[in-house]
Amino acid sequence: MDWSFVSAHVSDFIGGAWVTLRFGLYGVLCSLVLGLLCCLARYFRVPVLKSIAHGYIELARNTPLLVQLFFLYAGLPRVGIRLSAEACAVIGLTFLGGAYMAEGFRSGLESVDKSQREAGECLGLTRWQNIRYVLLPQALATAAPALFANVIFLIKETSMFSVLAMMDLMNVADTLRTSGGRTIEVLFMLVVAYLALLLPVSLIATFTERRLRYAGFGNQRSV
Amino acid sequence: MNPILSVKNIQKSFDGTGVLKGVSLDIHEGEVVVVIGPSGCGKSTLLRCINGLERINGGEIWLRDQRISDQEKNMHLVRQKIGMVFQSYDLFPHMKVMDNLLLGPTKALKRPADEVKAEAMEMLKRVGLAEKADALPRTLSGGQKQRVALVRAMLMHPELLLLDEITAALDPEMVSEVLNVVIDLAEQGMTMAIVTHEMRFAEAVADRVLFMEQGVIVEEGAPAEFFREPRTERARQFLQSFTYASTRKNAR
Amino acid sequence: MQGLGISVLFKGINFQRLLLGLWVTLRIALITIGISLVLGLIFGLLMMSRSKIARAVCRVWLEIVRFMPQLVLLYIVYFGFARLFGVNLDGETSAVIVFSFWGTAEMGDLFRGALTSIPKHQRESAAALGLTKAQINRYILLPQTARRLLPQAINLSTRIIKTTALVKMINVTEVLKVGQQIIGQFYREPSAAFWVYATVFLLYFLICWPISLLAGRLEKYWGVS
Repeated sequence: MDWSFVSAHVSDFIGGAWVTLRFGLYGVLCSLVLGLLCCLARYFRVPVLKSIAHGYIELARNTPLLVQLFFLYAGLPRVGIRLSAEACAVIGLTFLGGAYMAEGFRSGLESVDKSQREAGECLGLTRWQNIRYVLLPQALATAAPALFANVIFLIKETSMFSVLAMMDLMNVADTLRTSGGRTIEVLFMLVVAYLALLLPVSLIATFTERRLRYAGFGNQRSV
Repeated sequence: MNPILSVKNIQKSFDGTGVLKGVSLDIHEGEVVVVIGPSGCGKSTLLRCINGLERINGGEIWLRDQRISDQEKNMHLVRQKIGMVFQSYDLFPHMKVMDNLLLGPTKALKRPADEVKAEAMEMLKRVGLAEKADALPRTLSGGQKQRVALVRAMLMHPELLLLDEITAALDPEMVSEVLNVVIDLAEQGMTMAIVTHEMRFAEAVADRVLFMEQGVIVEEGAPAEFFREPRTERARQFLQSFTYASTRKNAR
Repeated sequence: MQGLGISVLFKGINFQRLLLGLWVTLRIALITIGISLVLGLIFGLLMMSRSKIARAVCRVWLEIVRFMPQLVLLYIVYFGFARLFGVNLDGETSAVIVFSFWGTAEMGDLFRGALTSIPKHQRESAAALGLTKAQINRYILLPQTARRLLPQAINLSTRIIKTTALVKMINVTEVLKVGQQIIGQFYREPSAAFWVYATVFLLYFLICWPISLLAGRLEKYWGVS
């Protein structure tokens, strides 16, 4: 292991990690919004929208991100739709992540007893008030593990952004590997970088899930 | 005087099976109507239809001079006037007792929180739960939860309160603490429709008893007469099922 | 001519070439699924074994595949192993190794989850009926575990199929690569790229979607989630 090579290129990897993290988080945030909207459209059986949401979820969950990215970045410009690499990255990740988040939210909402929804309705709450104050807080508690797993999954998936010529961790590593020939050092740094990115996410997830469980949300209906 | 609630020949079926086959019912202001009958007779469905939790397949439901059975969009406005309590209490587990009580009045009715809070505290005191205002629902007993649920419904100042077997899930020793609250409400003049299996309670609280079987109202009358001398054979058989036909003769 | 890029797909044997490329990834996926199923059951049993070491090894293994992007693992095996151990693995072999490493751990975790999710009183009430341990396993635990496991295992399989698209990144000539070759040959058709990538997209969907539907059906049919 050539440590001088490692220390000389730490800053490259920090730059790459920043790109990975930044676009990963953009994608995660947009996915959460899109996923929630799709989930609500299906939960409330909104005409037309629920079918669109369903079709989209099936499409996104059954195709690889890599293929989605190639289609966005190399396919669409040929029919006149030109998107920057960054836009492709966020759109691609959101397209994929929204479907997974929607499924996560759905499992959470389904775990909330139907009578809770009725109890909210009986208080004269509107649909949105019922969602906002009664259903979502409980659904989030049960959906949290699935949602956090999706966050980690999506940040991992950003490794494919290198095909968009974005200088994320993967592309930084690939460039260094092909130019310098220090394969082992490069791979070592790549692994360390992903660990450094994802370990904190995982810790936050564990901590939050424990807090939610202490709060005693959801799933208890002792008689 | 015009009735508060008027149910006109409503029908409801689930997957082709008729559960309500033409039920009509008027409830007047201050009246307590108790619905009894064997399981599956449609009594809970009747309450759920009144509150719009189930859509009816035929007939009409009127709340004073407003037809509520075809309201889709504004059902939440109707429900602000009709309170309902279920057997499973359905307190919101993620909110403290006080927040459970405040939710409806502050969000649905847009009343100021401090004003509602004072009132809520007053009512909690009345049902003997003042010290539980900041407790989480899971720390309460079943009877306490159900009393909170009653207060939550009452804080909306409903014109009509629907109670759907509210003691069915309770341990026997907790039944009376909840039913006493209901009797108290009745004495204050609350208009109520109650589904219950507690015959003694029904007799104590009702102005009028309806006996339902297989989706129709078979008999109705004043509690004293109904429980002493039911007119129909089916009601007689039903009431008899609450006593044991035989006792052991060779018990030691 | 603009807009007729779709015709590129049907020139000569282009479509067959795409399908052959798809078969390359599918072949990798099928071998991986087979290996993961067998090793995954062993992995799941090890996760529940009494040996602390076995459990710790499984835990670390599972965390590695959860934390490391599959692409990184592919790079480590494809580029790294050559340097570290002097073994030159071809792309397909590397892919099978990496995806099996991943699939085994995930399958094992699913197996463990399915087995532990069966309520304790199922075993107890079976024992109360006087069944032997083998009978309990055979008639009570195994059928219930299978019903919980199978839909999830099928879902994992679609994830494995989707992930095999990554082998393009380690120079395996699979469907995307073939697509690029076709686009390169027909560079005079500007919209060819659009149609080729759209077709690849659709091909993946047509393979994965029925499998997902099957998993959903089974899940609903058996009434567990």
